[in-house]
Amino acid sequence: MTALLELEDVEARYGPVHVLHGISLAVEEGSVVAVLGPNGAGKTTTLRAVSGTVRRAGRIRFAGRALDRLGPAAVARLGVAHVPEGRGTFSELTVWENLRLGGYTRRGSIQPELERVFTYFPWLSERRRQQAGTLSGGEQQMLALARAFVHRPRLLLLDEPSLGLAPVLVAELFRIVRELNEDEGLTVLVVEQNAHLALQAADAGYVLEAGRVALAGTSAELRADDSVRRSYLGY
Amino acid sequence: MVAAATSRLESLCSRTAVPATSLLLLAGATGLLVGSLRSSIFAQLTVQGLALGSVYGSLALALVLVYRATHVVNFAQGELAMATTYVAWQLIQWGLSYWEAFAVTLAIAFVLGTVLQVVLIRPVQHRSVIAAVIVTVGLFILIDGVVDWVWGSALKFMPSPFGTKTYDVGGVSISRLYPGMFLVVLASVLLVWALFRFTKLGLAMRAAALRPAESALVGVRVDWMLAIGWGLAAVLGAVAGLMAEPSQFVLQPTLMQPILVYAFAAAVLGGLESPAGAVIGGLAIGVSLTLVVQYVHPITSDLQTPVAFAVLVGVLLLKPSGLFGQREVRRV
Repeated sequence: MTALLELEDVEARYGPVHVLHGISLAVEEGSVVAVLGPNGAGKTTTLRAVSGTVRRAGRIRFAGRALDRLGPAAVARLGVAHVPEGRGTFSELTVWENLRLGGYTRRGSIQPELERVFTYFPWLSERRRQQAGTLSGGEQQMLALARAFVHRPRLLLLDEPSLGLAPVLVAELFRIVRELNEDEGLTVLVVEQNAHLALQAADAGYVLEAGRVALAGTSAELRADDSVRRSYLGY
Repeated sequence: MVAAATSRLESLCSRTAVPATSLLLLAGATGLLVGSLRSSIFAQLTVQGLALGSVYGSLALALVLVYRATHVVNFAQGELAMATTYVAWQLIQWGLSYWEAFAVTLAIAFVLGTVLQVVLIRPVQHRSVIAAVIVTVGLFILIDGVVDWVWGSALKFMPSPFGTKTYDVGGVSISRLYPGMFLVVLASVLLVWALFRFTKLGLAMRAAALRPAESALVGVRVDWMLAIGWGLAAVLGAVAGLMAEPSQFVLQPTLMQPILVYAFAAAVLGGLESPAGAVIGGLAIGVSLTLVVQYVHPITSDLQTPVAFAVLVGVLLLKPSGLFGQREVRRV
């Protein structure tokens, strides 16, 4: 196995505020990797550093190419789909238009992708004419995931997918992410507050604290770690 | 009790807002039809007003496109249209036929609009919208200077694109010019609408204007989309300029200056963010100005621009969101 995504000593900041102080991590092709940590640890910023939506320094390699000088559109074109916190759905546009935008970088017909997406999210097909802003929070999160899938990314960056969702929906969402990973070989880097769920779905994880990697390991190792258990799993 | 009643009333009003606008338009259209059946002069003026109004609407649509894409009010939109009309005149002088020159001019306008956005607007826009608006004011003056330097201020004459024939419709004689203007403008507006509505490029342009950050995440090159938006606006402006010229019979540097005021009034009347509103606003302004000048005695054609300005101020005072605009919600 080779690493699809590699971060080496990545720093990032918003204006004068340093958020990442040298993050190094690797995501194997075909794996699901979780990023855990308290608020303000730099989890979201780590994803943003990859997708190019924040100024960053350090080395970021994706499928053998350097990302650290590319902007978000160029990164997306290389096959990275970033579903940001708050979902990033185009609420003014219809469900179908949102999905169409997901396939923006693809040439030719996206019909096969759409049909595949509708097998995972059958209700989307019936509501393709509906304005995305009128969907419920959970539906919008599903739409964001579906849109990212139409993109057919090699790497999916998923930021806090459980935020504001009912527990049933969160479980459903992670089930689909896992299914996409197993059936389609999708590589996923997911930021999640709910460590319990994240470690269930993920193969490996990183724990960030104050902009640094505090701990790394397989999900089983992290689950067994005392400090992780106490701080993030609550038992 | 009172509060509940008020809020119910408000929700009723907001739910019926669109029908109210449609009723207003329907009443206007009925009035025009009845008037036209009763008086042939009224009918002629209505046709003329609609034709001029379509020109205002097309320039208003250009303003709306630019505003939606970059939140900049482009004060130079009219002068840009005037300059491209001079380009068409030059092409005709060089031997192209009217419609060849028309097509080439639209292509040049597209490139010009795109380049202006990239070279002049993009560098200042990230700093502040006001700076970009001031740049458009400077551009107004710059274009005037360049046109004067290249072509001089002497009046120019262009061949009439639609000939000089008149139609006779039930005793009403109508110059071919007006239906011609109307159809050309309508066709270009519909093409732009179809581009936005049905193509992948159009969808990406809408997405880039609505949510630039999210658009970049799906791979849309936002800066390019905004530049193309300016290019399309310049094309619509060029159509407006080319169709305005035969209605004034001469080409001079002030061609588009009153029309810019009418277009602003039309865009504001329609709600600055609404493309359909801009076109309908243009038609409404065109017809009402033409009729008011004829039938309201103290108002002569000299007062057309002030009347349009009064409409603009009136709408801003009474209903800032215009006929079709949504109430503005500012994201922080």
